[in-house]
Amino acid sequence: MEAIKFSYTVPGDDFTRAGEASADLKNKLKKMGITGAPVRNISISLYEGEINLAIHAGGGEITALVYPDKVEMYLDDNGPGIADVNLALKEGYSTATEEVRGLGFGAGMGLPNMKKYADEFYIESEVGKGTHIKMVVNL
Amino acid sequence: MDNTNKKLTHSVTLDSDKCKGCINCIKRCPTEAIRVKNGKAYILEGRCIDCGVCIKICPHHAKKAVCPTLDDYRHFKHLVALPAPALYPQFNNLESIEQVLQGLRGVGFDSIFEVARAAELVSDATRKLIDQMPKPVISSACPAAVRLIKVKFPQLIDHVLPLVSPMELAARLAKAELIATTDLKEEDIGCIFISPCPAKITAVENPVGSKKSAVDGVVAIKDIYPALLQSMKNPDLDTSETCGRIGMYWAASGGECEGLITHDCYLACDGIEEVLSVLNDIEDGKFDHLDFVELNACNGGCVGGVLTVENPYIARSKMKRLRKYMPVTRNRLENSIPQEMLWDKHLEYVPVFEMKGNRMEKFKAYAEIEEMLATLPGLDCGSCGSPTCRSYAEDVVGGHTPPDKCVVRMQEKMEKILATLLKP
Repeated sequence: MEAIKFSYTVPGDDFTRAGEASADLKNKLKKMGITGAPVRNISISLYEGEINLAIHAGGGEITALVYPDKVEMYLDDNGPGIADVNLALKEGYSTATEEVRGLGFGAGMGLPNMKKYADEFYIESEVGKGTHIKMVVNL
Repeated sequence: MDNTNKKLTHSVTLDSDKCKGCINCIKRCPTEAIRVKNGKAYILEGRCIDCGVCIKICPHHAKKAVCPTLDDYRHFKHLVALPAPALYPQFNNLESIEQVLQGLRGVGFDSIFEVARAAELVSDATRKLIDQMPKPVISSACPAAVRLIKVKFPQLIDHVLPLVSPMELAARLAKAELIATTDLKEEDIGCIFISPCPAKITAVENPVGSKKSAVDGVVAIKDIYPALLQSMKNPDLDTSETCGRIGMYWAASGGECEGLITHDCYLACDGIEEVLSVLNDIEDGKFDHLDFVELNACNGGCVGGVLTVENPYIARSKMKRLRKYMPVTRNRLENSIPQEMLWDKHLEYVPVFEMKGNRMEKFKAYAEIEEMLATLPGLDCGSCGSPTCRSYAEDVVGGHTPPDKCVVRMQEKMEKILATLLKP
């Protein structure tokens, strides 16, 4: 069965808009009768992803594919890339600036939370080129 | 419009003679519960949460709350006034609450049980319950906010404080006191809430969290105000007021939070749009560090209700002045939380926004909605009678409205036909 596709553009460095995509997707899933833990997992993992796109990547694109039994989320950016992906996946590791931390972001839980709340998590990153993430949450 | 709960009655109604079929209300309704059909607005009963936004914004005054008057309740042998805390700051130059209480006796009430008094007990019970519940605990006093949770936030139902509202508790305690101290029987006593908002009228007919309400009637503050003003006199030295600052402050946003005392990590939110946004954030786990969240559908809290007289911000400042010489609280629970304060009915999720059918059918319907949405102009003009292009697509796929109502698409079609006709 063909998926229902939703696309979002996340602007860079605009904190007021980070969270729009996850909120919008959540409301649509609810109308499809999807509630409970899967929606929460999708919301949290996608929200963390959006924040990362806004803070680190200078913006990016989100594509969500909704199937009857799962939701696939793709996050693509042309940002600075991650030098050591394994280190970045450690809880508490952060490269965020003091300014960003002062706003309550950059605690080093972004990527770890994405991995934790998604059923499947794949990441590809190259310094200077960008980062591509795929997350799957089963319904 | 799916799963319409037929049993639910609403206090918000439409005067169709006054309704011009404009789109002001459909665009502002926070639950997309209004449509315009054949030039008149109508409410999708299951979706309406009685927030009163449509009453406030209708420029033609076609939306109104149906409120009974005091005369509708004169058949009771003994009438008890249950004044909402929001009643007190409606008046100018008030020296003490006693003047309002005298006024209530003057308009025909036999006794008074201040809702602010019950509110202080609810505050005390909240302090006892708060650490036994999933955080953040969400206040249950505003019926419109609770109904919003019921239809939109199934995951948050366990966070809602399972305590009856101060209004409900006041009625229960008033009746128990009168039955114990007088010869009156329960059926002789009429407990009438003096209300700032229409959601309370609905809450009495269809109580949230309890099977039956002990409140026998509701009168709007704005309706009783003129008579009350006439019968208010200067205060005697003796005062019969029974509440403190905590109870009275429940009238405004932040008041319920202030009554917690033992916990100070809380948030007070007012205005239905803000309430919606805070609930979304709680659902996403963004406020897990908070102990308590107070929600008020009206801007400013209950003083901002559509059935009040005074500007909510002025009312708030008057309240501060009144509060000045009051004790912090006059009412505490002596023991553990009594049974009559607890809900006896579990809050249930009512999925009024979901498409019909099983998971697969819902999925297919949603795919159809997206497909149709791609053909619509995306102007959200509301001319079709639905508030947005998306809601129109949902209405069409749900079979509630025909697919040819889009005015913009219709115009394009007409222009094409015209062009073919005029071709030489």
